[in-house]
Amino acid sequence: MNVKQGYFYTKDHEWVKIDAMTGKIGITDYAQHKLGDLTYVELPKIGKIVKQGEVLNGLESVKAASDVYAPLSGRVIKINTQLENEPGLINKSPYDDGWIAEIEIADENEIKNLMTADEYIKFLGESK
Amino acid sequence: MENKRTPLYNLHLKLNAEMIEFAGWDMPVHYGSILAETKHTREKVSIFDIFHMGEFLIKENPENSSFDKVTTVPVIKMKEKTCKYGFLLNENGGIIDDLIVYKIKKDEWMIVVNASNEKRDEEIIKKRISKETFFENISEKTMKIDVQGPLSRNIVKKIAGEKINNLKYYTFDEFNFLNGSYIISRTGYTGELGYEIYIDSKKSEEIWNLLLDFADVKPAGLGARDVLRLEMGYPLYGDELTEEITPLDAGLERFIDFEKEFAGKEKLLNHKVNYLLCGFVVNGRKTMRHNSKVFIDEKEVGYVTSGVFSPHLNCGIGMAYVLKKYAKENNEIFLGKEKPEIIGRIVKPPFIKNTSLKN
Repeated sequence: MNVKQGYFYTKDHEWVKIDAMTGKIGITDYAQHKLGDLTYVELPKIGKIVKQGEVLNGLESVKAASDVYAPLSGRVIKINTQLENEPGLINKSPYDDGWIAEIEIADENEIKNLMTADEYIKFLGESK
Repeated sequence: MENKRTPLYNLHLKLNAEMIEFAGWDMPVHYGSILAETKHTREKVSIFDIFHMGEFLIKENPENSSFDKVTTVPVIKMKEKTCKYGFLLNENGGIIDDLIVYKIKKDEWMIVVNASNEKRDEEIIKKRISKETFFENISEKTMKIDVQGPLSRNIVKKIAGEKINNLKYYTFDEFNFLNGSYIISRTGYTGELGYEIYIDSKKSEEIWNLLLDFADVKPAGLGARDVLRLEMGYPLYGDELTEEITPLDAGLERFIDFEKEFAGKEKLLNHKVNYLLCGFVVNGRKTMRHNSKVFIDEKEVGYVTSGVFSPHLNCGIGMAYVLKKYAKENNEIFLGKEKPEIIGRIVKPPFIKNTSLKN
């Protein structure tokens, strides 16, 4: 499974790429693999305020419906509208073209609750 | 309890299959992509490991048949070398299982049943047939491989010979290949031209690899099988069909021969359909799944039994039981887990028309 260095990770298999006070959010390669072909992405509304660990948005694959949890608290400022017609981008490019939303980070102290890439790799190894 | 494994378990792992539990079996759900496997089946040929389904052999004198009353299938009347779909019903007309009967000779039949119901079916059938009737559960020694897709005839022909051209829809014959004589039927559950091969389970790996050697053939898992059957509006036991449902509720009365006797017939004749099985399409890619609800004007009028994203229609599709008075084609409905969330409309399956099924 591919894990990208420099990103932060949750135990629910989301990633966040932090750039100053904004964070781009997506799901990991492991998550997209587990879900299988994505068929629908329910994008969050711009302006939506989420708390760390709360549901950011919903996803559907051929197999099942599931939720994406916000890795950090904040306000949604951008969404990847390309996913509306091409949810498979998450399968093809989970860490880049398949990003879901960008948030304005509310509290950078929360980053300490996340895993680094190396910690996430170790976490994946243990949960197998 | 450990899940059961089919004779192809190791080959599935080698093909990088993702395995899931299904009816007590470890089965491949996909080999990389459900959507790609679905598409490949509609365009070329896919093979499916269906070892988990059950097969029974029945032999009895047709002059004095007890078997004729066991299911809704007219096993005496039907022609040799043909297959018929039907039901094993309880005394209330509820569906214990849906099945296919193969008439091998005038006094010999094979029944193919769902994996989840195999043991129960066996008990009930044995109870209903007379002591003189021969019954054998041949599931363990029978490998079933489904070869499905518009190019399937060419592939099966290369293994079983030109005689395959004679097989019409829902007929079968015995063919000589791999040093034996085996049943191949022109049946399937994908809506495409297709064949089902019943072979000695010791030859499972050999036949699987032989099929996979053809460039047009790819393996497909239960995930694709579910999308394919749903695109055709075929019911699945456990979802659309249960013991609380009669074939009339499921709109399947065309598979019942009311001219003969069968267990559950009396109740069926007096049964009033309350909820009727319907197909629905959704506006958009979001899908409603098993146990979601159906609403009209905020009022709950039904429940979803299956739902999936259809890659061929590019929208969500599904099946639902809807109060009969609302179960009309083109009726606008709302679907949701607890309250109305998305708009859909009732349609008459199959969702996909003009497949290669009858080619």
